[in-house]
Amino acid sequence: MGTPKMRVLLIVGFASLLLAGCASNEPEDTNPDIVSDVDGPGDMTQAKEKIAPPKPMVKGERLVVPTGSGGDMSYEMLQGVFYFDFDQAIVKRAGHTELNKHARALAADRMFRVRLEGHADERGTREYNLALGERRANAIRAYLVAQGVSSSQLEVISYGEEKPISGGHSESTWSQNRRVEIVYR
Amino acid sequence: MRYSLIIFLSFISTLSFAELRIEVTQGVDKRVQVAVVPFEWRGKGQLTENLSEIVDSDLRLSGRFETTDVEQMLSLPRSAKEVFYRDWKLLKVEYLLIGHIRPEGEALRVHYELYNIPKQSIEVSESIVGNREEIRDLAHHVSDVVFEKLTGIEGAFSTRIMYVTAQGPLDNRVYRLNIADADGHRVSTVLETKEPVLSPAWAPDGNRIAYVSFERDSKPSIYVQDLSTHSRIELSRFAGLNSAPAFSPDGKKLALVLSKTGNPDVWIYDLESRILRQLTRHYGIDTEPSWSADGESIVFTSSRSGKPQIYKIRLRDLKIERLTFEGDYNARARLLPDGSGLVMVHRRDGNFYISLLDLRRGRLSVLTETTLDESPSIAPNGSMLIYATQFRDQGILAAVSIDGGIKFNLPSSVGDVREPAWSSKKRKVFTAISE
Repeated sequence: MGTPKMRVLLIVGFASLLLAGCASNEPEDTNPDIVSDVDGPGDMTQAKEKIAPPKPMVKGERLVVPTGSGGDMSYEMLQGVFYFDFDQAIVKRAGHTELNKHARALAADRMFRVRLEGHADERGTREYNLALGERRANAIRAYLVAQGVSSSQLEVISYGEEKPISGGHSESTWSQNRRVEIVYR
Repeated sequence: MRYSLIIFLSFISTLSFAELRIEVTQGVDKRVQVAVVPFEWRGKGQLTENLSEIVDSDLRLSGRFETTDVEQMLSLPRSAKEVFYRDWKLLKVEYLLIGHIRPEGEALRVHYELYNIPKQSIEVSESIVGNREEIRDLAHHVSDVVFEKLTGIEGAFSTRIMYVTAQGPLDNRVYRLNIADADGHRVSTVLETKEPVLSPAWAPDGNRIAYVSFERDSKPSIYVQDLSTHSRIELSRFAGLNSAPAFSPDGKKLALVLSKTGNPDVWIYDLESRILRQLTRHYGIDTEPSWSADGESIVFTSSRSGKPQIYKIRLRDLKIERLTFEGDYNARARLLPDGSGLVMVHRRDGNFYISLLDLRRGRLSVLTETTLDESPSIAPNGSMLIYATQFRDQGILAAVSIDGGIKFNLPSSVGDVREPAWSSKKRKVFTAISE
């Protein structure tokens, strides 16, 4: 399987290949939510000339969203991991922009389902860390719900310190392990 | 509660490839000198295990005794009339153990005698009978008798420990729940899965265990497993945490942690009436319940003050009392059998140590010198505790005496070892016949 980092890179590469192939083949009527504001009923002539608007899609448990506008096609894989401070479950401001992108996509398409997987570093006790991981995942959940995501789209699971991304016993590895992963299903 | 019965197929192995081995890193300053003379076998053929070697090893690895090399012994007495006290005085031996084994039908009869050399007196002379597959059990019984006679503390050599191992790279791990003798031998695997297993706990009967496994759809369930019938039930699978099971001292109830109401709280499940009752109600994290020996209260970890601290709740009236005040991280307490104190994970200077809190004097003492310690579990005799720590980048088990005087490691050749749980029940009990 390789390291998690390698896997992410592979997924990104794979996703962009797939996207290049399928984005232009999108049927025209599959994405009413995102374009409904622009593509109003009184605007028929303009709508007919438009290329099908790209929509977010799930690739390998991550979300890929279109960026830019008009005919300028580009895609971005959303960051799926959000980090926390030791013994803290506060969503960091640095992650807000990225979380807002998740929230927009989730609110726009209620068919998306995500698992919020909470994790802790190895310090402290295993059962307390399970609770802490759940706290963190709940914090992300609350943030997304406040941005308009339906709670029925979100499932919270904590793995505590049981599934570290990185081994080792120093702050550089601990900080990578104190995280919530947003996993699209 | 979800209640499904799963009969195990046959992944219960009794292979002994991954035994733990005890390495004493610190013993008591003045160890008692004991000579264990090889026991004479009075039957035909050979026995599969060397009983007196096991006794010698038990005593030596307890950190309290120095044992005499067989090569140094001036004589190898097999009965009272062959014991010459001056031989042993020359070697500064304080206690001498001799014995023999003879067949009794299909079974074995072990006779053993313990001598006090300075006093020139016989302290123990008795026999036990067991079958041929029970040589290790018979040996541990003899060790327990000697240990108790010489220290006044009940021996724990016949008890077992349960622990979790994790093997393989981080993204492809195999988890096993193992049970071994207290000396690390006779390992058997009772669960093997690709998802995390944690919080193993013994029922007081020594036959049932509870644990948390993520094996089903990567979500946590609490299972209760019967070791003799190899069957188990999935006891709890609520949304959120299903964590930290702990049997009550009478074995009839299970304390557990659920967050189905949105927040981790301690609950009690009555295994007979199947009634689930919420014990704590707080928006903080409440977890890691541990019963008092009388079953009337539970200690638990709570973040209700902002940081994890140890609290006690009395079941009669749900009165809650905070027990720890020193330090900003105290968690996973386990009460000593006599209730005089508790052991827990305590953070000091950024490191996590196993500490003892003397509840009578309110004094806290750090027992370990390693730094990522967790999961303390107390021996049934209350004199030792086993815990998990890191050693050379590997998770290992280690043990320390309650007074901090004896320390040993139990490294394994295979992967990380963690979450030890010491059974209060002996694996096999023999009735001794005095003679």
